[in-house]
Amino acid sequence: MLAFIARRLVQSVIVMLVVAFIAFLVFRYVGDPLAALLSQDAKQADYDAARERLGLDQPFYVQFYYFVINALQGQFGISYRLQQPVSQLILERLPATIELAFASATIALVFGVLLGIYTALRPRAFSTGVIMTGSLVGVSLPTFLIGIGLIYVFAVELKWLPSFGRGEVVQIGWWRTGLLTQSGLRSLVLPAITLSLFQLTLIMRLVRAEMLEVLRTDYIRFARARGLSQRAINFGHALRNTMVPVITITGLQLGSVIAFAIITETVFQWPGVGSLFVNSVAAVDVPVMAAYLVFVALVFVVINLIVDILYFIVDPRLRDGARTGK
Amino acid sequence: MHSSLTRIAAVLVASTMLAGVANAETIRWARSSDALTLDPHSQNQGNTHTLAHHIYETLIGRDNDGSLTPRLATEWALKDGDPTVWVFKLREGVKFHNGNDFTAEDVVYSIERAKSEFSNMKQLHAEVQSVTAVDDHTVEFQMTGPALIYPNNLTNTFIMDKTWSDEHDLAVVQDFASGASNYSVLNTNGTGPYTLVSREVDVKTTLTYNEGWWGEKPPVTDIEYLTIADAQTRISALLSGEIDIVQDVPPQDIERLSNTAGFKVEIGPENRFIYFGYKFGDEPLKSSNITDSNPFNNPLVREAMELALDRDAIQQVVMRGQSIPTGIPNPPFVRGWTEELDAYPAPDVEKAKALMAEAGYPDGFSVTLDTPNNRYVNDEAISTAYVGMLGQIGINVTLASRPVAEHSPIILANESDFYLLGWGVPTFDSAYVFNDLIHTKTELHGTYNVGLYSNPELDEKIIALGTMDDMDARDATVAEIWEVVKADRVLLPIHNQVLAYAMREGVTLPVQPENQPNMTTVTFE
Repeated sequence: MLAFIARRLVQSVIVMLVVAFIAFLVFRYVGDPLAALLSQDAKQADYDAARERLGLDQPFYVQFYYFVINALQGQFGISYRLQQPVSQLILERLPATIELAFASATIALVFGVLLGIYTALRPRAFSTGVIMTGSLVGVSLPTFLIGIGLIYVFAVELKWLPSFGRGEVVQIGWWRTGLLTQSGLRSLVLPAITLSLFQLTLIMRLVRAEMLEVLRTDYIRFARARGLSQRAINFGHALRNTMVPVITITGLQLGSVIAFAIITETVFQWPGVGSLFVNSVAAVDVPVMAAYLVFVALVFVVINLIVDILYFIVDPRLRDGARTGK
Repeated sequence: MHSSLTRIAAVLVASTMLAGVANAETIRWARSSDALTLDPHSQNQGNTHTLAHHIYETLIGRDNDGSLTPRLATEWALKDGDPTVWVFKLREGVKFHNGNDFTAEDVVYSIERAKSEFSNMKQLHAEVQSVTAVDDHTVEFQMTGPALIYPNNLTNTFIMDKTWSDEHDLAVVQDFASGASNYSVLNTNGTGPYTLVSREVDVKTTLTYNEGWWGEKPPVTDIEYLTIADAQTRISALLSGEIDIVQDVPPQDIERLSNTAGFKVEIGPENRFIYFGYKFGDEPLKSSNITDSNPFNNPLVREAMELALDRDAIQQVVMRGQSIPTGIPNPPFVRGWTEELDAYPAPDVEKAKALMAEAGYPDGFSVTLDTPNNRYVNDEAISTAYVGMLGQIGINVTLASRPVAEHSPIILANESDFYLLGWGVPTFDSAYVFNDLIHTKTELHGTYNVGLYSNPELDEKIIALGTMDDMDARDATVAEIWEVVKADRVLLPIHNQVLAYAMREGVTLPVQPENQPNMTTVTFE
């Protein structure tokens, strides 16, 4: 187990280096940060001097080399746009994104699993048809459209919920949480729903497909023959066996939600790392972009590691090391 | 008798307390992007200045009609007998937010800081040789030569407290290339009407009224400055009642908001013009099918292009009425503007086609137009419309549309044959336009003269403007330069932009031509 984790950690570092390398390669085509940094009446001499000072006149692999050296010492530089240390910026905004991501993942997981089970157990009911069709709508409408629609209905017309921002936050150590205040919770509702819809659909359909398949297997039939209650069968046996692919998908989705909840964060002005990234791209704020992409690679790598560990816990066949044919 | 008097007194006291409570007016003000920093000399950028004007102050301010007004300086004049020295008399009894007195020493410190290496304000003070404090309330600026219009350059240069700055090591302006950020990026100490309460970058900044301010107490006592990047969300927040004023209104929402009950839109001209530029010189254009000459170098072609440009149609269709067509790359606020210069010819496609043939391009030519798509109002749509208009006279234009971060480097490297750009004039004087757009491109001039227009005679006159000591002679020279610029069609101006602020009924924020409105000008009904 320990060897497994150690091997995975080495792989993770390699993944992060490759991601950073490709990112630097691409940054050359995103534009010139000096356009936003220098004032309108800056002279040609100023542009040249600034370029030299920032090291922008050097080839990308040189810039990449310095970036890695500094990153290994924990130095990510300061943001060109906001003039604050990058690591501080990302850490400040991380709690907002994580709370949003987990809130939406929880909604998606809970409702996805429940609806998946329901539609699997009653495949021919009318309500099943409604749920399946409705979920398609959730997946085919783009996130920003859903977001704007929800804002229009619940904030502008009904005035029940706020249309932007995170509300009041409470500081606990370095973590700023919106979960402990009423305005914070109310602000979380619409963005979390918006972000959860496509995850929910995916999970629901996955659970449904897996359940349908599992319910047809022999051991379920034998369990029924043995007289086990329907509930014990459905939740104790069938559901547990469907969880492995669901965990994989949820893990990957959680990673992509944390990293790329960009659209939802922009629409709801949610002060998370996604909106920080979008603003940085527009201003070609290279330090923030580079640090953020490395951070995202880290997130995916960690989540995949956790998912793999969860396999061990959920599936006893993997635990004993008795892997057939490997 | 005694008890009823007490009761009356109690009611009177209570009502004055109520009046005190009613006077606490909070304004929630939303923009599309935040101020970049609170270090007053680090950036020369609109949003940053707009916020800074509430906390810090300048020596001289600018009214909504463009005229200079006294702020921390009460009088200013050239020294008797020495036109190279400006003397400023400072306002007395002003205190910084931390209680320190405002004196001439703070002005000297601030100007020197604004001129320092990493300050983005240093261009505006390049002609200042030295600043000295004559006494606690008088400052003398020794200029390198006669600098008649120098006070115009002080309207966005803020005054910091020397004592406070020394305490916090602020002598070096926040530089984007440095590894650390200084204290003033997030903390302030100014003389302005509002003090900083909290700052969450890209989210919310709150300000509250500074009771010790020297001016008349404004109606607004608390400000919540919010950043809402998405245009739809910004307008929705206004409609739902969570915001009182939206400063950046997308043009397609102006009509809808004006017609919605409970909301209104204030409209006014902006000190910014939009224009097309093109390459001069004999070298053939890189993006054209004509390989033996440069069509733009031919004045007949330039005239044809202007006759093909239907500014009024662009105003009506592309800008939905929200623009002010112009025939000169200079907004009406700026010294040197005249109505004759502003006039533009009516479009005439037939005459344009004849001119093209006369110029030697009867079959027209092809070229690429570089346009930004996220910088100016409807920039890409304006370019697209003009592409259609040029097609009518035989010029086949390929539109290359890019975000400003990618558009600017191409422009500045002189690589564009034909481009769209916008320009503001913060000094409200024509010399600012000449220095950067008309003068031949050198290390210190003509940075945005990327069509590489070069007229040595004009260059001499432009340089001379900086050292003239007679205002009438200077105005005459400015007029001469504009004559040549218009006749040569160095640039092809389209229109001046128009600003629109949306707000709920009951609040009025007048439009400020530099798009830097101050909440002290808000009135309630």
